[in-house]
Amino acid sequence: MITAPKIEYLQLAPLLLVFGAAVLGVLVEAFTPRYLRRAIQIPVTLLSLAGAFALTIVQTLKGVPTEPSAMGAVAVDGPTLFIWGTILVLAFVCVLLVNDEEHFVAAASAVPGSAEEERAFIEGNVHTEVYPLALFAIGGMLLFPASNDLLIMFVALEVMSLPLYLLCGLARRRRLLSQEAAVKYFLLGAFSSAFFLYGTALLYGFAGSVDLAKIAAALGSVAGQNGLLYLGAALVGVGLLFKIGAAPFQAWKPDVYQGAPTPVTALMAAGTLVAAFGAVLRVFWVALGNLIWSWEPVMWAVAILTMVVGAILAITQTDIKRMLAYSSVAHAGFLLVGVIAIGDAKQNSLALGAILFYLAVYGVTTIGAFAVVTMVRDPGGEAWHLSRWAGLGKRSPKLAGLFAFFLLAFAGIPLTSGFFGKYAVFQAAVADHATPLVVVGVISSAIAAFFYVRVIVLMFFSDPAADGPTVVVPSWGTAAVVGFSALATVVLGVFPQPVLDLAKSAAGSLFVG
Amino acid sequence: MPWLSILMGVSVLGALGVAFIKDDRLAKQATLVVSLVVLALTVAMAVQFSPNGDRFQFAETYDWIPAFGVHYAVAVDGVALVLILLSAVLVPIVVLASWHEAEAGKRSVRTYFALLLVLEAMMIGVFAATDVFLFYVFFEAMLIPMYFMIGSYGGAQRSYAAVKFLLYSLFGGLLMLVAVIALYTVAGKNSFLFTDLLGAIKDPTTQKWLFLGFFIAFAIKAPLWPFHTWLPDAAAQAPAGAAVLLVGVLDKVGTYGMLRFCLELFPEASKWATPVVIALAVIGIVYGAIVAIGQTDIKRLIAYTSISHFGFIAMGVFAMTTNAASGATLYMVNHGFSTGALFLIAGFLIYRRGSQFIDDYGGVQKVAPILAGTFLVAGLSSLSLPGLSPFVSEFLVLTGTFQRYAVPAVIAATGVILAAVYILWMYQRTMNGPTAEAVQGMKDLNHRERWVLIPLIALIIGLGFFPKPMLDVINPAVKETLTNVSVTDPAPAIAKEGQ
Repeated sequence: MITAPKIEYLQLAPLLLVFGAAVLGVLVEAFTPRYLRRAIQIPVTLLSLAGAFALTIVQTLKGVPTEPSAMGAVAVDGPTLFIWGTILVLAFVCVLLVNDEEHFVAAASAVPGSAEEERAFIEGNVHTEVYPLALFAIGGMLLFPASNDLLIMFVALEVMSLPLYLLCGLARRRRLLSQEAAVKYFLLGAFSSAFFLYGTALLYGFAGSVDLAKIAAALGSVAGQNGLLYLGAALVGVGLLFKIGAAPFQAWKPDVYQGAPTPVTALMAAGTLVAAFGAVLRVFWVALGNLIWSWEPVMWAVAILTMVVGAILAITQTDIKRMLAYSSVAHAGFLLVGVIAIGDAKQNSLALGAILFYLAVYGVTTIGAFAVVTMVRDPGGEAWHLSRWAGLGKRSPKLAGLFAFFLLAFAGIPLTSGFFGKYAVFQAAVADHATPLVVVGVISSAIAAFFYVRVIVLMFFSDPAADGPTVVVPSWGTAAVVGFSALATVVLGVFPQPVLDLAKSAAGSLFVG
Repeated sequence: MPWLSILMGVSVLGALGVAFIKDDRLAKQATLVVSLVVLALTVAMAVQFSPNGDRFQFAETYDWIPAFGVHYAVAVDGVALVLILLSAVLVPIVVLASWHEAEAGKRSVRTYFALLLVLEAMMIGVFAATDVFLFYVFFEAMLIPMYFMIGSYGGAQRSYAAVKFLLYSLFGGLLMLVAVIALYTVAGKNSFLFTDLLGAIKDPTTQKWLFLGFFIAFAIKAPLWPFHTWLPDAAAQAPAGAAVLLVGVLDKVGTYGMLRFCLELFPEASKWATPVVIALAVIGIVYGAIVAIGQTDIKRLIAYTSISHFGFIAMGVFAMTTNAASGATLYMVNHGFSTGALFLIAGFLIYRRGSQFIDDYGGVQKVAPILAGTFLVAGLSSLSLPGLSPFVSEFLVLTGTFQRYAVPAVIAATGVILAAVYILWMYQRTMNGPTAEAVQGMKDLNHRERWVLIPLIALIIGLGFFPKPMLDVINPAVKETLTNVSVTDPAPAIAKEGQ
């Protein structure tokens, strides 16, 4: 006889709602007339995200669960709830940024402004499936950091990644770049998934279980299987580090960020990074925490390499989206500094709180920056080349000022949220005696500041080109996104305490072992 | 009364207001009014300061970010008070002097003046902060308005100069950030309050590392040789008004930081580093002066003289005698006035002729006697002529240093002679001799420009004859500082001989 598994539906409600809405979205695509789809998809998407956020709040207020749910497969603990809240807010904001007719291609071969595109529009062929695809990806993002065993984590990884591969190929302008991005992301992503899966198999061979807590327990009791353990941990690590874009696995990031439609880039830069770091923390802290002496030196090297590579390669970029991609690589490096700062319970709570805060503020600022990128247009689409941004400060001082502000937040100038994020992570690392790593971190920050400042120089201190780009009047969605991001960056830059408290209390209830 | 918060609040609100005034003329007037109000409030506060009372007065302490042990804590001692006064005096003068600054490049006038007021709030904040973290926040954040003032409103090479300025300072600041974090962690007090951190670091090796983190940031800021290369570029490219605040106030944050934070938080490490710092300072004094002689650009010349002067200040701080440290503090103020006057007059001169090169001038004295006369007074004050205020401070620094380090003091004294060369030779080439063709018909100072200079020259002469009120305020604070470093003045040599 098979007993029915025990499922804590309420705890998993945010996940179920998002996945349910995604399935509903697919049905809408199948059964409603074309002209109605957009009007249905947008509210369904936004409402489901808002609802999931509300359910997350409800769960938090009811008290953080103390046991993993769904037969030990999903861990809805403090960090998970914080990450869910963060991802849902970021995802909501990204969906507001989606303006399908402008950003997304109508038909695979349709060049912007061509007769084919015209026909596709007339037939109502616009890609409203963007919305359910995004919802599936967001659902995957929610499950990924909450997984309590490696197989669930793998499933979440795929659910998150597959829709993103598709979404990357849907950019309306620069079609070839977009398709190239999708193929590259798919191939490299498939590779990394294979690494992850193989590592999972080896770890199963070592521990006899894919459950994170059981792997942690096996570290102390299983002897003579170190080959399986180290190889398995390394392969799982490769799969995860690929997703956060840590060097030397960062090569996909610039290409994919550049080619993908900008709202999708924003979703990846903010949402995927948050989710993937949640997963990194789960694997390395929960399952492999006691193996720290083995993985710490490697992680030091990866963190240093990631910070330095991100900061230096960003300097040479001429495409604004590629530059932001390398900036995201550098930030992943700063976050890895926090991952290394593992220690006793107090130290863990300090470091975890710092990482959670950093993820939240970095995500918000990133979306704001990409939202600005969508608004600066050439006749052929977004003004991607940096030289086109010259003199923007004179043409539209408000927009350029906001962008400069986001860049200063990336650079970690005080009185922006980015400063406190960096400060929190570095402080945790110093408390863990990783001061040399922090010195490398601040030197990379100084290098990184150079390219952020260079964009400000271009916008404000250079004269505008005669045929410079135009700044479109933003849709209400885009305006809301930019406003929200700027406000959050200012407020958290002056009064970070509430979110710090939240992150800290979330960090206090991590399920360990 | 929360004086210090009021001062900053008025500046910030003023800046917000000015940023939204569409009419340029009105924006300027509003800025002038706001800066004068701040000056009046600062003077009102200074009058209530009791020199022999508590060290820190007008203190306000609130929790800001308890998670990091950070407070919004402001208060002033004598040193901070005179530096805040310096800032408050210079800002309205700079506003008046910059009246036409932003017009030439068709750039936003009100932005320039709003940035000035933001900068003023941060200058007050950085000197008033008694929480190390808060100090760091102001220390870094104040780069941004200055960066935009140089980059948007400066000369031909402005964007290069602005980026160089920002990156140098940011790099120093980030090293300091590591030291700030380590200070907090090692002290283990869960507090960034200056008074909590006093004497918290006992281990000498830790002190040395933390000292280096702070000191390099301050040495870049001040700037001390060999960290000085950004200053000539930044000062030469900045608009004259911004250059005055950059060299007159912002750079003082470096020397102020050495006195307040390096010495008091890391006394043992400071004593350990003294020989090196004094050597760097003396090299800077002589090097800055010699390089200044060779300059062909008026603003670069003044910038190099400042490097020489900052050598004197750093030497005075690290000589660790009451005379030298009081002299160094007074030097910070006097240098702000005298170099401020030099930059502004140079700015008026350059505005008329459109060139920064000394060779493009000659015989200005004949066509613009008032301009030439004020330039001479400012120049003489810069070379420390007795009777003008910088003389007092330079004398104090030299005698105070001599008490402990005779040889460096003697070498440093040659800087006084070199100063006569660079100032008088520049004056001779620009103001005397046959009137250059392009200078013919140059207009003399107008009313606005005269009003810019009158208060500065009055202060230079007044404090030259009567420095006592300033010294009365400075001395107790300096004594307290040196007590925290646990040094006492060496016994006077003459008394020994008399025994």
